[in-house]
Amino acid sequence: MSAHAGGYSADPRIRPVEWLPWVLALAGFFLLPEYLSLGARILIYILYALSLDLIVGYAGIITLGHSAYFGLGAYVAGILAAKAGISDPMVQLVAAAGAGALLGVATGAIILRTKGLTLLMLTLAITSVLLEVANKASSLTGGADGLSGVVVAPIVGLFKFDLFGKTAYLYCLVVLLLGWWLVRKMIYSPFGTSLTGVRENSLRMHAIGAPVYWRQVLVYTMSATIAGVAGGLITQTNQFVGLNVLSFESAGELLVMLILGGVGRIYGAFVGPIVYLIAQDLLAKQFPEYWYLGIGTMLVLVVMFARGGILGIVDGLVARARTKLGRKA
Amino acid sequence: MSAALETQGLCKSFGALTVAEKIDFRLEPGARHALIGPNGAGKTTFVNMLTGVLAPSSGRILLAGEDITALGQAKRVKRGLGRTFQINALFRRLSVLDNVALAVAERLGVAPRKLRAASAHPEVRNESMELLSTLGLAGDAHHRILDLPYGKQRLVEIAIALGLRPRVLLLDEPAAGVPSLESHRILEVLDRLPRDIAILIIEHDMDLVFRFAQRITVLVQGEVLVEGTPEEIGRDKRVHQVYLGEQRHG
Repeated sequence: MSAHAGGYSADPRIRPVEWLPWVLALAGFFLLPEYLSLGARILIYILYALSLDLIVGYAGIITLGHSAYFGLGAYVAGILAAKAGISDPMVQLVAAAGAGALLGVATGAIILRTKGLTLLMLTLAITSVLLEVANKASSLTGGADGLSGVVVAPIVGLFKFDLFGKTAYLYCLVVLLLGWWLVRKMIYSPFGTSLTGVRENSLRMHAIGAPVYWRQVLVYTMSATIAGVAGGLITQTNQFVGLNVLSFESAGELLVMLILGGVGRIYGAFVGPIVYLIAQDLLAKQFPEYWYLGIGTMLVLVVMFARGGILGIVDGLVARARTKLGRKA
Repeated sequence: MSAALETQGLCKSFGALTVAEKIDFRLEPGARHALIGPNGAGKTTFVNMLTGVLAPSSGRILLAGEDITALGQAKRVKRGLGRTFQINALFRRLSVLDNVALAVAERLGVAPRKLRAASAHPEVRNESMELLSTLGLAGDAHHRILDLPYGKQRLVEIAIALGLRPRVLLLDEPAAGVPSLESHRILEVLDRLPRDIAILIIEHDMDLVFRFAQRITVLVQGEVLVEGTPEEIGRDKRVHQVYLGEQRHG
């Protein structure tokens, strides 16, 4: 599960350990049926975090406004379902992806002309503007009360969303599998390697003739598309959309999840949401008022002692064990 | 025959401060040309204008007769203008092989591909390895730049630029920071560079300049003071006054 980086000598084949999350996800489906709605939420956040890792971890684009694309996807799927009478989940998901992509390319083309703090503030501004638009356009979005009445038809006309969340869980798992496959493929591709080049040294990428700006716009759009899909999924599984999907807290929370798991590692996007959301669930039950303290402590510990996140710690332990075994041999 | 690279009346000002004043410069095809000058002479500004990092206030830049003044960096590179940096500008956490492969992939048009793995492009890997072998870096191909001694990092700088197969190569102080005992290695590499590449070297190491260059341009306060062969420059009193002191060369 070490840091996954592409490159011209990297082996792109899927390693046996990479099947572990999928085996665990399937095991969870059979062994923990009472937690399937939390499980579906975790799967959605993994997809959402994966989209963020693509730009933050691989392309080096820092953002605090990724919730704009997630939220837009959520609202587009919700409005189609609740207001336009389009209940087909595939159509809703494609529309959410399309909306994410459109907003991604439109905003990316503007904000990626800037860097550093300016870029960070602009990402924040985009999500804030969208939040206010959603708040004011209450006839369409439900405003502060949220958008209810979301109707989702059976998937491909066969699999109805059930009360126990079984269909939703498997549906999210399949979408996540597709998203993971695409992201992984891209990271190991020449395009992914060039993104790593941009992250490492954009000055040199310019000097070798790479169209840095367009590459960044493209990956930003791809990331926004995936975030839009994740937003669509959250609407379909909750059958409700609230303003919180567009909030700065949502974007910040996602960044915290990614940092906890490990940035630029693909599977950091898996570990972070699992740890965060399970910790949130447990802590909120035990300490309803102070649960953020637990999350905060966890983040401080990771930032101070494990810059590579939880997966960074695992990598370090594995490397140490290998060194010890090597010495013994 | 048109020059490999030419500037006509190139000027650059920042407000009231003029850092380049009507620079007329000509780099012949296959030339080994050095640009020297004291600190603050405007050498780096000149290189930045040539490569498109800075837009000139006025004047023209011609690459093989084609006006490239309005073109961005990437387009100049595609037309055959390569450069190295005075301070290493490498991909520090990537392997030596990937550093060079990034440049080769850009040139071959492989870099935008998204669905096939990078390692499934043997043409990029093989060409990069060949280049590293030529520069004596094949054994370091899989080391990260971070783990490489500084002298070898300077060679990777050159390898990346060569991966672009430039017609004109601008070497900005290729031996900067390299201990004098190791700088002969850089010179060996420079001597072996393909003769069809026109090279402009900006360098403070006068031994290296006088051994490498066939022509030298001296820049002082943003203006060309004199241009000539190393012997002519070595004899020129104005150069001695502003730059070389009483040191004698050639």
